Amino acid sequence: MALVFLFLYAPIFVLIVFSFNAGTSSSVWKGFSLEWYGKLLSNRLIIQSLSTTLLVSFLATVIATIAGTFAAIGFFAMRRRVREPLMTVNNIPMMNADIVTGVSMCLFFVAFFNGWGAFASWFNTLGLFQLPTRLTMGFGTLLIAHVTFNIPYVILSVGPKLRQMDKNLVDAAQDLGCTWMQAFWKVIIPEIKPGIVSGALTAFTMSIDDFIISYFTAGSSASTLAMTIYGMTKKRVSPQINAISTLLFVTVLTLLAIVNIREARQEKAALRRRT
Amino acid sequence: MSKELIRLQDLCMAYDDELVLDHLNLCIHDKEFLTLLGPSGCGKTTTLRMIGGFATPTSGDVLFDGVRINDVPPHQRQINTVFQKYALFPHLNVYENIAFGLRMQRRPDPKDPTGKRKVKIPEEEIHDRVMEMLGVISLKGFEHRKPDALSGGQQQRVAIARALINRPKVLLLDEPLGALDLKLRKDMQIELKRIQQQVGITFIYVTHDQEEALTMSDTIVVMDKGTVQQIGTPEDIYNEPKNAFVADFIGESNIIDGVMVRDNLVKMYGKEFPCLDGGFTENEPVDVVIRPEDIDIVPVEQGQLVGTVTNVTFKGLQYDIIVDFKGFKWLIQTTDHSPGGAKIGIKIDPDGIHIMKKSAYSGMFGDYSSFSEEYDELDDASIELDEEESGDEE
Repeated sequence: MALVFLFLYAPIFVLIVFSFNAGTSSSVWKGFSLEWYGKLLSNRLIIQSLSTTLLVSFLATVIATIAGTFAAIGFFAMRRRVREPLMTVNNIPMMNADIVTGVSMCLFFVAFFNGWGAFASWFNTLGLFQLPTRLTMGFGTLLIAHVTFNIPYVILSVGPKLRQMDKNLVDAAQDLGCTWMQAFWKVIIPEIKPGIVSGALTAFTMSIDDFIISYFTAGSSASTLAMTIYGMTKKRVSPQINAISTLLFVTVLTLLAIVNIREARQEKAALRRRT
Repeated sequence: MSKELIRLQDLCMAYDDELVLDHLNLCIHDKEFLTLLGPSGCGKTTTLRMIGGFATPTSGDVLFDGVRINDVPPHQRQINTVFQKYALFPHLNVYENIAFGLRMQRRPDPKDPTGKRKVKIPEEEIHDRVMEMLGVISLKGFEHRKPDALSGGQQQRVAIARALINRPKVLLLDEPLGALDLKLRKDMQIELKRIQQQVGITFIYVTHDQEEALTMSDTIVVMDKGTVQQIGTPEDIYNEPKNAFVADFIGESNIIDGVMVRDNLVKMYGKEFPCLDGGFTENEPVDVVIRPEDIDIVPVEQGQLVGTVTNVTFKGLQYDIIVDFKGFKWLIQTTDHSPGGAKIGIKIDPDGIHIMKKSAYSGMFGDYSSFSEEYDELDDASIELDEEESGDEE
């Protein structure tokens, strides 16, 4: 058991320790320093990819949360016989190897762009207005990919909240003068809000630390933090990598901790309500 | 009884080709306490949901004050509902739960002469009306509690206040006491009746509990298999059941095959009994209902019938004894103890005998041969079945 934990956590521990090393070596300790963290701030590449990561994660989270919440409500309204197979289909992408998702999306985008090129050329001959004939992978495709792999997590997190909800609540709201839409905003949303927030946090975490799917769908114009770190390792291993990795590790760890604490609290509250 | 308020005309409802309501006709008066009573799956909840606007009939009409309201959505009906298991909004406190209906209301602005502009109800008025409602349900001081910090009975009363705050003309109650324990249920029955008299509006109450129905109602509608079996006052329903189903469902009854010799004389077990019923053809086969409390135990030689006691249960107020008359077992309630195995005679006064026409239910009820199991399981079984019903109807 101790060995398992040693192998799991020792590399991360070493990484964190050496991110504070004064020298350039990643094996000899030369004293404590924040030098590498300081250098990060002046590294244009890192700052740029950080902002790309944050932007794509934020946008993907917002879109996936909205789409996933509505999808979950749709699933919920279905009959069990229809819902169960659809939920299985929903769960597959989460189990699926990232590399398969990444490559398949990459191929899909390439195929679509080819098709689009042909269509745009034909359309432009009509002379109505000009469409770009050459599309390339970049921020747009990266965002689509992130939204896609985030949606199942939101559905998975909102679904149980809907099932826990008293089905008469919506009827009761309509009975008291709400239209369906008002009942949705005033009753359904507050009831499933914990699920929506958990789903959004999970989605954000997944987006921040994704590497493989981003690698295949970002093209050459956009680069996420994970991709930049990977790029840096190919050249010369700079302790800056240690520093940025440490920051990434801490961020994801914090997000995961928040998600877990929230879930534990909700379970406790649900238990209390039942008794 | 005052004027007619709701009329259900030829209502039919089918879920996936299964007929849940079969040409139901019903007329509900203003300020009436009307109970829809029946076993699980008899269509009583479906009927209630149609009046509330949560279900649309497959055919037939729902009339409110003479106007057809089949397609009027729930929020535009002057009808409010107390739901099974209350359905209080868990994220709102008691005050906000009760105020919910008022906050949704918009009414013409008194300052606007054209009357077109709609405004919210002012906060002071909401406060006054919520406080007034809290008084009606005796829950003053609880306004800041969340629903999950209330007991079942308190949640129940909040649900009633929430439904009454919009001053509806009709309050629908869907098995509101089902989740409460026996003692609380009895208190709430009296409380509900009091509230109904205080606010002076129509209550339409759905239950499978015959005792609840008898205690509270002005009118009881007994339903089975999507049709009305009998409509009447509690006394009518108990004393003059129309068929074997009603007789069995309301209270305990022995139902025996008989033949109407002529008016006021019925023959069963080959013997003639005087009774007070008439209007049958000569020698018409009938169902004879005899309530267990209307049977007197007498010495064997004085008895109209003689039977053997097979089972005795002490019930506190009385003994429930099962007596075998030529293979058909009767339930008799008596204050005198008769030991098991004893031979006893019985005597029935003419007003203790009620004659019913033969119906589809003849021969299905009224025999106490399976007495012991039936008695023990009756209460739990009906509750479990009912939960299944509510699941099915969604």
